[in-house]
Amino acid sequence: MAAPELADAPAPDGIHTISLYVHNRPGVLVRVALVFARRGYNIESLVVSPAASGDFSRMTITSRGDPATLEQMIRQLAKLVDVVHAVDHTGDSSYATEIALIKVEARVDERTEILQIAEHFKAKVADYGTDSLMLRAYGSSEKLDALIELLRAHGLRELVRSGKILMTRGLAET
Amino acid sequence: MAHPVPNGAEKLVQCLEREGVEYIFGLSGGAAIPIFDALVDSEIELVLVRHEQGATHMADGYARATGRPGVVLVTSGPGATNTVTGLLTALMDSAPMIVITGQTLSTNLGKDAFQEADVTGITYPVVKHSYLVKEPDDIPRVVREAFHLATTGRPGPVLIDVPKDISSAPCKAPFRDEVHLPGYVVPGRARAEDLDAAADLLRRSRRPLLYVGHGAVIADAGKAVMELAEKLRSPIVNTLLGKGATDETHPLHLGMMGMHGTAYANKAVVGCDLIMAIGARWDDRVTGKVDEFCADAKKIHLDIDPSEFNKVVRPDLCIAADAKQALEELVPRVSACDSSEWIKRCDEWRKKYPLKYPKRGGLRAQQVLDRLNVLTEGRAVITTDVGQHQMWAAQFLPTRSNRHWVTSGGAGTMGFGWPAAIGAKFGRPEAEVWAVVGDGGFQMTMAELATAAVHGIAAKCLIINNNYLGMVRQWQELFYENRLSGVDLEGNPDFVKLAEAYGIPAFRIRRSADIDRQLKAARAVQGGPCVVVAEVMKDDNVFPMIPAGAPVSHMIIDPPKQRLEKPSGST
Repeated sequence: MAAPELADAPAPDGIHTISLYVHNRPGVLVRVALVFARRGYNIESLVVSPAASGDFSRMTITSRGDPATLEQMIRQLAKLVDVVHAVDHTGDSSYATEIALIKVEARVDERTEILQIAEHFKAKVADYGTDSLMLRAYGSSEKLDALIELLRAHGLRELVRSGKILMTRGLAET
Repeated sequence: MAHPVPNGAEKLVQCLEREGVEYIFGLSGGAAIPIFDALVDSEIELVLVRHEQGATHMADGYARATGRPGVVLVTSGPGATNTVTGLLTALMDSAPMIVITGQTLSTNLGKDAFQEADVTGITYPVVKHSYLVKEPDDIPRVVREAFHLATTGRPGPVLIDVPKDISSAPCKAPFRDEVHLPGYVVPGRARAEDLDAAADLLRRSRRPLLYVGHGAVIADAGKAVMELAEKLRSPIVNTLLGKGATDETHPLHLGMMGMHGTAYANKAVVGCDLIMAIGARWDDRVTGKVDEFCADAKKIHLDIDPSEFNKVVRPDLCIAADAKQALEELVPRVSACDSSEWIKRCDEWRKKYPLKYPKRGGLRAQQVLDRLNVLTEGRAVITTDVGQHQMWAAQFLPTRSNRHWVTSGGAGTMGFGWPAAIGAKFGRPEAEVWAVVGDGGFQMTMAELATAAVHGIAAKCLIINNNYLGMVRQWQELFYENRLSGVDLEGNPDFVKLAEAYGIPAFRIRRSADIDRQLKAARAVQGGPCVVVAEVMKDDNVFPMIPAGAPVSHMIIDPPKQRLEKPSGST
């Protein structure tokens, strides 16, 4: 069975995905976070990782807020000395994905249904315990939301999500 | 004695020398001793202040009066935290400043060592950029980058935190000339299509208005602004910080706009059909109620900082560029507007609603400032503190040339005026420098009387003493049923005696008949500071006034007879 087709919908619930290319210097994460904190904005997810070029890092940030405020925040992010560029990728055709580790209680009588759900979402079983299952799922954030919602009924014990990562298609720079 | 291989502190000081630093405003302390030690052998003159906040405002005043960065050196912990107000002041008003803070040993960081503070952490929101130096060999790069960042683009303060072991260890790295800052791009020339679009909007305007801010001062764009105004036949208004970019006494100039601006400037703001911001940021002191600000006028925004675009208003055209370069390329593209009716109307407003004050009922600050302007022929460098005296100074001391007006606008920092005047005088020894301060703000940094006296700095301090925190008292009178709370400065010292205690000559003005005599006596003082205390009436108010958050059209020109609504704006 094919996994459900869940496209990366533009800005569901006003969530924006912002990609930053930053000079890898101490303090850059704090400076970026302060642009959000100053307005009382919450960062929903944040992924920082080394970029292809050693001195630089990629940050993918999702945050919720009104578009005009976010537009100005992106300008203020771009203004930071250590930020090379900041782009709002919400609604564009970039490829986005996320990984989740999900621990569910799985008594014998429930196990089959949980495994069926997992298979439907192409989630792998990462740990097979006597009373629990750890699933590893990846895909769009919306797909993971749907999977987690289904598993909630079965006693969701722990959830760790990587946060969304994103890359533009073709040779265009992220 | 310099070692064959300099230590970090010596290299730091050598780097400062290479940057052309003449003065360092500082206060010593344990973690900064290696740097103070290195200054012993340097040509840079150390100006020992009495409080670190004073050092920051001196560096700021020096920077704004000269256009060159001001440098501060303090120690770790409380020495560093005392610079936070000065950093905010410089950041809000885009003043180039370098603040060097000593720090505990790098091996002690995070261990609550004596006089340790997370200084880079505390100051992130109030700097343009900052460095915590972890390797002695980083010093040449960090200093070069810091000066580049502080002085280019939209200037601002940069902080360098130097642990004591780093300043004590050998530094073998060579001096640097180049900077490599891939995330830092400064807009230069405007795009041709933007300039064409601006010319097109201006061509169609019948009632244009140039709204000139601090960016025009910083870019030294005044001549280009004037050329544009004269070619277009457009009136000019400026912000509090834009004073001096162009001559406020020019026939096309309507003076300061905004909350306490001239009535005619604000009437022009309401009546224009196009407003062009030149290095200004649509601050809430200027716009009042944003939704109604120039609602039907076309708006052009020229600024070197693109993060200002669409922040407050959504202009029809935004131009990211250096103001001077952009205007020099815009002038050849424009022609005269059909604005003769408009200019006539502005002149009528100017005649009908002049700045005025009653000539009776006790000594008034306005008259003292008016006379100061006449006696100095409007040529003095004026610094101010924050409050009523600041607004009266802005109104009654029209500024005629660039970098002759130094005031804390964005941050509104009390205590700024007097140390800023000291810094300005260090930078411009040939200029006549006057600090205009209130009795409240002056007492926050008056310890710097000693600094001025010791260094023979002939800055003049005019204290407008009404024994109140007058601007707050004015708000309480107008908007809070005159329920005075926290504004009575009972217990003020005798400022004349205070100055004399520092060996500084001081003059008192009690009545209007004293004004010219005492100001002339003060102007004659040479070789050191002097103080003039104007004992003005206690309960005078600043008008015109646009209540905070109200539309510009709701300007109050004369003292109101009835009670007013509480303002909707924040402050």
